Amino acid sequence: MKTAKQGVYFWQGSEACAEAAILAGCRFFAGYPITPASEIAEHLAKRLPQVDGIAIQMEDEIASIGAVIGASWTGAKAMTATSGPGFSLMQESIGYAFMTETPLVIVDVQRAGPSTGQATKCGQGDVMQSRWGTHGDYSAIVLSPNSVQEMFDLTVKAFNLAEEYRTPVILLSDEVTAHMREQVAVPSIEQIEIVNRKRPKPSDKAFFGLTEVPPMPAVGEGFNVAVTGSTHDEYGIRSTADPLVHKRLVERLNNKIQNHAEEIAHVESYNTENCKIGIVAYGCTSRAIYEAVEYAETKGIKTGYVRLKTIWPFPEKPIKKLAESAEKILVPEMNLRQIFHEVKKVAEGTAKIIPINKIGGGELITPEELLDIIIKEAE
Amino acid sequence: MKKIEIRISGLGGQGVVLTGQILGKAAVYEGKNVVQTQSYGAEARGTTAKSEVIISENKIGFPIVRKCDILIAMSQEALEKNLKDLKENGILLIDNSIIKIVPKTNAKIYAVPATEIAEKNFGQKLYANMVILGALTQITNLVKEKFMEKAIKDSLPGKSTSINLQAYKKGIESVPTFNPR
Repeated sequence: MKTAKQGVYFWQGSEACAEAAILAGCRFFAGYPITPASEIAEHLAKRLPQVDGIAIQMEDEIASIGAVIGASWTGAKAMTATSGPGFSLMQESIGYAFMTETPLVIVDVQRAGPSTGQATKCGQGDVMQSRWGTHGDYSAIVLSPNSVQEMFDLTVKAFNLAEEYRTPVILLSDEVTAHMREQVAVPSIEQIEIVNRKRPKPSDKAFFGLTEVPPMPAVGEGFNVAVTGSTHDEYGIRSTADPLVHKRLVERLNNKIQNHAEEIAHVESYNTENCKIGIVAYGCTSRAIYEAVEYAETKGIKTGYVRLKTIWPFPEKPIKKLAESAEKILVPEMNLRQIFHEVKKVAEGTAKIIPINKIGGGELITPEELLDIIIKEAE
Repeated sequence: MKKIEIRISGLGGQGVVLTGQILGKAAVYEGKNVVQTQSYGAEARGTTAKSEVIISENKIGFPIVRKCDILIAMSQEALEKNLKDLKENGILLIDNSIIKIVPKTNAKIYAVPATEIAEKNFGQKLYANMVILGALTQITNLVKEKFMEKAIKDSLPGKSTSINLQAYKKGIESVPTFNPR
C-alpha cells in the first residue's frame, strides 16, 4: 500500500490530513500525543513506514518541533500535529523555523483552553496564538479548513506554501473538523499540484538571501551551510550587532509573505455585493452559516458571507468588499473575540461589526442561533 | 429522501461510535453526502456516548444534529437524555433487553432485544450494535443491505468480519416489537 488512490473515501478529518500529507510528499512526522490531535499521529505512525517515511513519538512537543526542523534540513517534507497546550510549547521553535527559513507544517487541532481546559471539547481560541505566538517580528501563514475535504485539500496547500515560501505553515483545525467523518474525493496523484522547495545549484552560496526566497540545500549534500537562529547575512554568517543585516533579514522574511498576502489569502464568499447582513466565519463555526443564510433569504433578508480559508495573512480585500455592501457584519467565533478585532480593523466605519461568541462544552454556534441574530439585526 | 438525521446513543464501550461510522460509510458507498460526528466523555467506558449521522442528497452544512429523525438508544440513561431531541413522529429504536421503561412519546417505537440476541447467538454482548444496525435496515431500509455489508467488511476486517456480518443478519431477521407498552 502506497499513497491513497484516486476515489471517494469516508474519512475522519485527521485521516484526510494524514493521507494528504503523504500525497504532498511528507515523509517525516514527529509529535507527542494530545487530544484531539492524536489521531493524526496514530494514522501517520501506521502509514509513513509503508511509504518509506518515518514517524516518531518524541518526549514532548518542544522536541517534536525540533525533530521536524531537523528533518526538513535533511531535505524531507516534515510535519507535526498538536493542540493548544502543545502548540504553546512549540512557539519558540516556530520562530526559529521562521528565522532559518525552514519549510514545515504544524497542525493545531484546537480544543477549549486555556491550559488543559476541556480537553475533548472544541474551541477556536488559538487564532491569535497562531499569528503572534512566537516572539519577534514574524509573519504567519495559517489555513483554516471547515470540512474533511478541506482537511485534505488545505494540508496539501500547507505543504505547497511551506515549500514555496520556505517558511512554517500552520493548519489551524479544530476538534469538530478533525474528528468528524465525511466523504472525501481524492484526486489522482497526477492531478494534485505539488510544489517542491527551490534547490541550489552547485555554485550557489547564498542560502539566506539575495532573492526573496533563496534556494535551500540539504544537510550532507556538500554545501557549506550554517543554520542559525541568530541574525545572519545572506551566506548564513552570524551578525549579532549590525543593524542593517538584521533589518535586511527580518524585513525580507516578513515581506516574502506580506508581499504575496493576496495570493495566499483564500476565501469562500457568497452574495457579498448585494447583502444587508454579512457574516465572516471560519473553521467549524462556519458550518452554521450555510443554513442560516438559506433561512434568512427565505425570510427576505439579503445575507452574504466571507468564509476564511486563509486566516493569516488576513484576507482584507474580500472583507472590505463585504463591508461596502453589508450594513452589519456578524463575526461568530468559539472564543471571546479574536477575528472580530481583525474584521473591525478592516471594516469599521464602513459597516457595524457585531461579535457572536460561544465557549464551553464544545457546543457549536447553531444555524438557528445565528438566524435569530440575523433577523434581529436586520430589523 | 432529502436529509435524514440519526442519533445513536448508549454507553461508552457499546460500540456506538463504530455503529455510526459503519452506517455513514455505507451511505457514502450508496453515493450520498454524509457527516458523522461523535461525542463521549473523557473516560473510556461507562459514561453516555453518542454518535450522529446525517445522510443527505445535498451538501451538508451544519454537522451536528439538533433534532433527529431516528433515535437509537442502547441504554436507559441514553434514552432519557436524548428522547427530547427526537422529532415529533420520529422513529425510536431501542434495545429492550436493556431498556425497560420508555417515557411517553409520540415516536414510532421499535424494540429489539439486541444484547440478548448477541449473547445467545455469539456468546458476547459486544455484537449488539450489529444486531441494531440489522434491525435499522429492516425497519427503515435507510441504506441498502449490500452497502451496509460492504461497510461492515471494510470497517471490521480480519477474523471478526464474519461474526459481525452474522450479527447484522440476525438483526435483519429479528422481529421488532412495534410500540411496546
